Amino acid sequence: MQFLFSTVITVANGRGRAWIRRLQLQTRRPGDFLFRGLTYLFVLIVLAAVVGVAWVLFSSSLPTIQTFGFRFLTNEAFDPVHNTFGVRPALFGTIETSLFALIFAVPLGVGTAIFLVDFCPRPLRAPLGFIVDLLAAIPSIVLGLWGAVVMVPWLQLTGQPWLKKYLGFLPIFQGDIHGYSILAAGLLLIVMILPIITAISREVMLVAPKSQREGLLALGATRWEVLRYAVLPFSRAGIAGGAILALGRALGETIAVTLVIGNQASNPSLHLFDTGYTLSSVIANQFGEATPGIFQSAVLEAGLLLLLITLIVNILARLLISRLGRERVGGLVV
Amino acid sequence: MKTPTHPFQPDSAVLHVRRQIANYLVVGLTTLFAVAAMFFLGYLIVYVARLGIGSLNLNFFTQPPAPEGETGGGVLPAIEGTLVIVGIATAIGVPLGMFTGIYLSEFGRGHIAGVVRFMVDMLTGIPTIIFGLFIWTLIVVPQHHFSGLAGGLALSIIMIPTVARATEEVLRLVPKEMREGSVALGATESRTILRVVVPTAKSGIITGILLAVARVGGETAPLLMTAFGTNFARINIARPMDALPLRIYVSTLSPFAPDRTIAFAGAFVLMMLVLVTSFAVRWATGGFKQR
Repeated sequence: MQFLFSTVITVANGRGRAWIRRLQLQTRRPGDFLFRGLTYLFVLIVLAAVVGVAWVLFSSSLPTIQTFGFRFLTNEAFDPVHNTFGVRPALFGTIETSLFALIFAVPLGVGTAIFLVDFCPRPLRAPLGFIVDLLAAIPSIVLGLWGAVVMVPWLQLTGQPWLKKYLGFLPIFQGDIHGYSILAAGLLLIVMILPIITAISREVMLVAPKSQREGLLALGATRWEVLRYAVLPFSRAGIAGGAILALGRALGETIAVTLVIGNQASNPSLHLFDTGYTLSSVIANQFGEATPGIFQSAVLEAGLLLLLITLIVNILARLLISRLGRERVGGLVV
Repeated sequence: MKTPTHPFQPDSAVLHVRRQIANYLVVGLTTLFAVAAMFFLGYLIVYVARLGIGSLNLNFFTQPPAPEGETGGGVLPAIEGTLVIVGIATAIGVPLGMFTGIYLSEFGRGHIAGVVRFMVDMLTGIPTIIFGLFIWTLIVVPQHHFSGLAGGLALSIIMIPTVARATEEVLRLVPKEMREGSVALGATESRTILRVVVPTAKSGIITGILLAVARVGGETAPLLMTAFGTNFARINIARPMDALPLRIYVSTLSPFAPDRTIAFAGAFVLMMLVLVTSFAVRWATGGFKQR
């Protein structure tokens, strides 16, 4: 016992001495001490901001969580008159529009990236790649404007009637035609995430080891075979990660979607022609009317749900990308 | 890595033809995808630019918005508001982001640095409307009114990860010898970082800041919940403030045709802001060279 006690004391003393010694060293140079302190302070503020966002959303949506519990996920709509709130159509619409966009944007984006990396005439590669990077940076409000003013009327007059006429036997292409629809939101999201997927896929394919390509070429492989056996196995995880990052972007996109989705839904709908709602468009549409109390708290819980979903999606994407052994994808901050 | 399951044995005639067909099929398909994607995105830019340039005039930059439904008028409050709000965001977000980048590159070790890096990564992934919601709950709701300052705060959080990662990246590129040389001459740690490391990486950090500014300049959703927008040309950061993206949003929703032209002109200005910034950054960093 005595031995144990003294050991603890000694260890503690050793620790303490090291700390004091370090403090002495640091205070000997007050400039360094200040600079480090300032840096740590700023990092702390950033960390506090991240934790703060989650905490504020959670604590402010507690009233709704306590009142409705899981019914918040299954209730139909925001109904301040009857004091019931729910996000079932919005939750469904968020996932539906994003997955729709992902299904079309991934083949298009990866195909474009493959073209840019391997098949494109050499002098065009760098400029075209740069254009893709530019497109990823176009503000979503610009897309939303185009969507609302050009795409929605076109869908109403031409696109949707055509789909109904020729593909109307599919349940997803049935129902009334409004123009504003889940379909419109999904299409706009394709345009939004396509450059992201292309840019990331391009970055990860560019760093595939050259020796592998050359080895396969020397064996007499065609360009497709080089891609298939040397490039794609290497960049698969990165491409998947990029696609999931793009999914995260699509899930959280607000303004462009709000402008074209119609912002009305009482039920989750698989009919792409129906108007819909997403979590983010619920927030954008309802915060102005939200009276203090349970209504406000319901808006915040919609935000909390959105935060949770995008966090999970992003963590998944980072895990996939980090399997490449790189902390970030190429020169792109995504 | 998976070993090829496809043996590259000497081609039989049939196999040879089959491989060539598969090859051309993929080349053709990806070319088609690329052309379609490029064509559409090009169309989009040209469309917005054509309508936008057509509605640009001096009034657009110097007049407050006209009363609803009337032609004329401009977006002066929106331009001023965007400058002020992005200015506030830069003043707050850039120091926070830069010091976080310095920490990650110079001081960060072990688990704590891992946590910081993870948090910064998560900041990039969180939808921007969440930051709007955050500031709305913290500042707008208790104050009972929207304000330009709240808008700037919301945007500043969005700037942090871009600036932080850019700073970290370029600081890591500064050769170790320069740090060692500085220390060998008797400079302290803080002096080495502030006088040697950061100035060496200056252009890279500025690049990151410019990209962050261009990005938040086009943000709409968080501003809608914080700065909200106004028709009046007055600069008061404690009051609701207009911004270009907000003006475009309101004009898009408006049922009056004249507002559409305002929307497209605004979209064009915003797009040029982003494109010119990206172009300048790429040119300055020599990114046009062939890889």
